[in-house]
Amino acid sequence: MVSATVKTIPIRHCNFEAKVKTAGNGPSLLYLHAAGGPIWDPFVEGLCEHFTVYAPHHPGTGETAREAIYGVESLWDLLLIYDEILDALNLPSVPVVGTSFGGMMACELAAFRPERVSKMIVLDPIGLWREDTPVAPYMLMPPEQLAATLYKHLDSPPVQAALQMPSDPKQAAVITADLVWALGATGKFVWPIPDKGLKKRLHRVKAPTLIVWGEDDALVSVVYAKEFADRIANSRIEIIEDCGHVPQVERLEVVGPLVAKFLNGG
Amino acid sequence: MKVTMFHFMPYRDLPADFPPKGLASAWVDAPWWQYGDANKVTDVYNSSIDELMLAAKLGFDGVGLNEHHQNPYGFMCNPNLFGAILARMTAEQGLAQVALVQLGATISSCPPIRLAEEYAVLDCISGGRLIAGLPTGLGNDVSISNGITPMEHRERWREGVELMLKAWTAKEFFAWNGKYTQLPKVNLWPRPVQEPHPPVLIPGAASSSTWDYCHDRNFPYAYLSYFGGKSAEQVMDRFWARAAAKGRDANPYRAAFLQVVGVGATDRQAEEEYGKHVEYFYHKLLHLPLGYIAPPGNADYKSLLNVLSAGTNLLQISDFTIDLKPLKAKDMIEREFVVVGSPATVRQKLEAIAKRLNVGHLMVALQFGSMPHEQAKKNIELFGREVLPHLQTIWEDKDLENHWWPKKLRRRPVKQREMATASG
Repeated sequence: MVSATVKTIPIRHCNFEAKVKTAGNGPSLLYLHAAGGPIWDPFVEGLCEHFTVYAPHHPGTGETAREAIYGVESLWDLLLIYDEILDALNLPSVPVVGTSFGGMMACELAAFRPERVSKMIVLDPIGLWREDTPVAPYMLMPPEQLAATLYKHLDSPPVQAALQMPSDPKQAAVITADLVWALGATGKFVWPIPDKGLKKRLHRVKAPTLIVWGEDDALVSVVYAKEFADRIANSRIEIIEDCGHVPQVERLEVVGPLVAKFLNGG
Repeated sequence: MKVTMFHFMPYRDLPADFPPKGLASAWVDAPWWQYGDANKVTDVYNSSIDELMLAAKLGFDGVGLNEHHQNPYGFMCNPNLFGAILARMTAEQGLAQVALVQLGATISSCPPIRLAEEYAVLDCISGGRLIAGLPTGLGNDVSISNGITPMEHRERWREGVELMLKAWTAKEFFAWNGKYTQLPKVNLWPRPVQEPHPPVLIPGAASSSTWDYCHDRNFPYAYLSYFGGKSAEQVMDRFWARAAAKGRDANPYRAAFLQVVGVGATDRQAEEEYGKHVEYFYHKLLHLPLGYIAPPGNADYKSLLNVLSAGTNLLQISDFTIDLKPLKAKDMIEREFVVVGSPATVRQKLEAIAKRLNVGHLMVALQFGSMPHEQAKKNIELFGREVLPHLQTIWEDKDLENHWWPKKLRRRPVKQREMATASG
């Protein structure tokens, strides 16, 4: 376990008080979390072994004020906030790793400010839409159905560990409220269809990009891997077999080394 | 007390085995092409209008309508379509004593300026008989059926209400530079007949932020629950506590309550006649999961934490799918979700509810789903003749002004005044 700190960064744009969790040693890396809110899991721990990881909390989630999300009105606002966070962290150019919603935000950032993203890894990102294979309406699912949509092997130990809830009902209520709120706070930028023009912007991405996808992703189908790859010039795809929407949890033993290798040069 | 016949215009022909296993919700998810029949909907709309007109003839103080989408519970996509019909028909048939209680149109999911216009139109056609209900709307209607971002739902509603009030009352041109609506020049034609504007009514579930909103602006609140007077006690107690805290008096006309009612010759007959329709209503029409009513972002964080911390107690009255299926009609009558019985029983129970909750407006749902038109008419007639006159005398012995009812309709009809005198 690496010891992490949370930096508070006042952002001029939207008067947002940003919170960035930071840990690890080595060159800088930006990690953007999924729609369910900030999670510090074994995948992120692994990144910290070789990098100084900066993990901003999406407005309204994690350590940020819950009401902060009301002031962030558009995707444009959100991107400017990220841009200002990178300014404050003094990161002119940095590798970015993003999962699911965070993968979409990584792509948005890399399209908006191509020079700021030196390398990009996206794991099962949302952000595109195909009529024949729609993204599952994850915000409308009851908890059991959401879990079954996220993971292929619900009973596997890493998935069980990810789904573990505290036995204290009060703690569990807070965790559940935080999760629902995080879905709403991220959902503000993708509701009701996660197709907000990224397809028109992806051609701007310059970063060498690794697209990682769970072969059996039930939330956003593996067919989307090619949709991203077709639009990002310098990209390649890695399909993770026998795996759902969260490969960094379900198949960390495969994903961890793939990500490390790509970040270290190949 | 002012009594309104509320109609949600339910689809009456869902099959006995509905909802089939695996159908998560009757709302949004029930396929029209499998369960819907447009010819039957012709009957639903027209017989519902006839049922409301019957209530108007029997002396109900108001006729009430609402808005919902993509479901068999009720599909007035715009209640003002139906309000316009009732405005004209009531005037034509000499029933201009009845108020049009629009419960109403959902301002979060349509251009607010259009709704300001439509309500003004209704007030003009009816000659000043409109009550302008401004519900925040269900999450599924606003966010799923109409695509509004859940996190913006309530903000849109607040901004829409402010715009509407200003558009009705401003005596100058103005530009509206809102977050959700921008208009270069507002000059509404027509304006409502009622000055300064029609009475506003805020329907809601049990959100304390809505109560504060009402008390801050001196608007009345309608608690729309389908779980009866008993489960409403703690909700309305808190509503009145907030009123006191905000320096508002306890005038019962600040509050309205909705109740499903079935009247029969005797308690037993009523239970037999209405039992299966009660089950149809709660088991089929209210098959609606919490995640649809409030998608993530819909409820503010504090309310969300309150709901989750309350555990099963609150879920029992908020998640329709979890707890209702095992309950039989008898249970729901016993728990007083519904008031079903002889005229004497219904009179006594509704009076007790009105007094316990301190409400001056009662909305009664007398057609709650699968009832054939003839049975609904019988229910309305029995209620209208045997129950209504008694309820209308409640609060009349107090010296109270109902500031939230159209001015021209505040005077009681002669019949009621005589009855009040005779009984008092």
